[in-house]
Amino acid sequence: MHMADALISPVVGGAMWVATAGVAAYSIKKIQTEMDEKKVPLMGVMGAFIFASQMINFTIPGTGSSGHIGGGLILAILLGPYAGFLTMASVLTIQALFFADGGLLALGSNIFNMGFFTCFVAYPLIYKAFMGKGYSKRRIVFASVLTAMIGLQMGAFGVVLQTLFSGKTELPFGTFVLLMQPIHLAIGAVEGLVTAAVVTYIWNSRPEIIERAASGEAIGNVSIKKVVAGMVVIAMVTGAGLSWFASSNPDGLEWAMIKTAGTAELEATGTLHQQLSDLQTKTSFLPDYSFKASESEMEQVVGEGEEVWPAVSGGTSTAGLVGGGMTLALAVLMGLGVSMLKKRKNRFSA
Amino acid sequence: MSNIMDSLYNMRLLDDLARQDTVIHKLHPLVKLLATVSYLTVVVSFGRYDIGGILPLVIYPVMVFTLAELPVKPIVLRILLVSPFIIGIGILNPFFDKQIFVLGDREISRGWVTFLSILLKSGLTVTAALLLIATTGMDRLGSALRMLKIPRIFVLQLLLTYRYISVLMEEVARTLRAYSLRAPKQKGVHRSAWGSLAGQLLLRTFDRAQRIYEAMCLRGFAGEYNTGGFGKLRIGDWVYLAVWFLFFITVRFYNIPMLIGSLITGVIR
Repeated sequence: MHMADALISPVVGGAMWVATAGVAAYSIKKIQTEMDEKKVPLMGVMGAFIFASQMINFTIPGTGSSGHIGGGLILAILLGPYAGFLTMASVLTIQALFFADGGLLALGSNIFNMGFFTCFVAYPLIYKAFMGKGYSKRRIVFASVLTAMIGLQMGAFGVVLQTLFSGKTELPFGTFVLLMQPIHLAIGAVEGLVTAAVVTYIWNSRPEIIERAASGEAIGNVSIKKVVAGMVVIAMVTGAGLSWFASSNPDGLEWAMIKTAGTAELEATGTLHQQLSDLQTKTSFLPDYSFKASESEMEQVVGEGEEVWPAVSGGTSTAGLVGGGMTLALAVLMGLGVSMLKKRKNRFSA
Repeated sequence: MSNIMDSLYNMRLLDDLARQDTVIHKLHPLVKLLATVSYLTVVVSFGRYDIGGILPLVIYPVMVFTLAELPVKPIVLRILLVSPFIIGIGILNPFFDKQIFVLGDREISRGWVTFLSILLKSGLTVTAALLLIATTGMDRLGSALRMLKIPRIFVLQLLLTYRYISVLMEEVARTLRAYSLRAPKQKGVHRSAWGSLAGQLLLRTFDRAQRIYEAMCLRGFAGEYNTGGFGKLRIGDWVYLAVWFLFFITVRFYNIPMLIGSLITGVIR
């Protein structure tokens, strides 16, 4: 479920970074006021635990295949939503840096999709509501599975929306949703079952860990009122967005881009178009350079709110191919040149 | 199992690389972080159909690779291993965008162009992120984050997570080895052991965290993870940053391959 940089636009990536930074700042404030410093090493080591336990393959009964956990729910249950969210954020940061699991620009999206929905929506609204009545094995299993599934569904839907708004894929909205949601239903079920098994085990052997976390003692509690208020806002925004999708022509990405992310794209194409025509005036002294003929066509495309399709004809495509090849060759030559210079310098100094 | 060993090897490789002493390694971590972020933004900001314009950006990783004297093979291997998700999403583009255009004397559908553009961007962004960590290292990156006023708690937590990943991964690897010796010919952990295996690990993690905290207190921990710190930016740092900024901006606003190409084809004609 990790979003990659290549699939995200700067606008979407930036917006998600802002959202995530907001939630993180709020969480940090909460931890500082309600939690003692003792918990910081615990958060750190728990993050490492989640990282390591993602490597454990759990055999899924009756299927012959195996799955692993994401860990968001375990973190929320054991550390509470605030510390859980921050811990998940650092796990995802290290994954992005060392394993290129999800990019750095997309990190905001990833933290939001995998941390926020589980820790701040599914956990307080479902898990805590169930556990308010007291712990029992059956209740732990039921609440964990439901919470994990719903949290992951929201996260997966977040991935779909962010990718579509970024406009890098041609997948229509419906197809994308059908690809993402069912598979994450299964993943969520496994996550929930493993989480339930672990929580039950801990509850049996060291109940105080679970109870201390559940009571919110020294670790922070989410106010249900605030969550509900937040959910209402999110529901309104999504509702408005969905009604857009549902109206007249719900035909996938092109349409979604024009109606929703259209403004950002249009601005970008506006400047790009300007640059292209600048470029055209600059280069028009070259013979056979066929930008001019295609200008009207380009304008038409821009008018439709699509990205500029570089006007292609015999002349430009040859120029593009030759220039692209030259650029790459230049890059390689620069690399070789620098490394030769370095070697020579080393030989002299040695 | 091999998965854990792979990950451990990967982290140690990047750690070792980050300990080298080259021009790039000596730069201020903040400068490298800012250059990486602006590079990523520029790469990603190109449109779906704009492949030519991105090509000059290949120069950045090439230069960092050579100046930092990094081995190309292990890092490129990592990049190739990454992101089946991207290929999975991208490969569908040709099926959904079948509009044809002519390149030279061939007909290609637009979908292939967008797929290629996604692949190219993915390769460049992943490389840039790996290069950042391979030339900076986690501790120095942490001090750069502190300079950017990222709250102390988060940075401390991030560095502790990083510090203990290798410890806990080794523990998980030992546990899994013990399990697999007692449960031969089994693909993963059986359902009956889900709770006890992961739960035991978790309990040990809790106890370990307690011991770590006590040890930290004994050594004078007062809420700050001291990384040695970095001084002010030097002239070299400013120059490095300025050169890349200028380069990225130029590449973003002028389609350099197109300029070179039209010059050459123009001259030939």
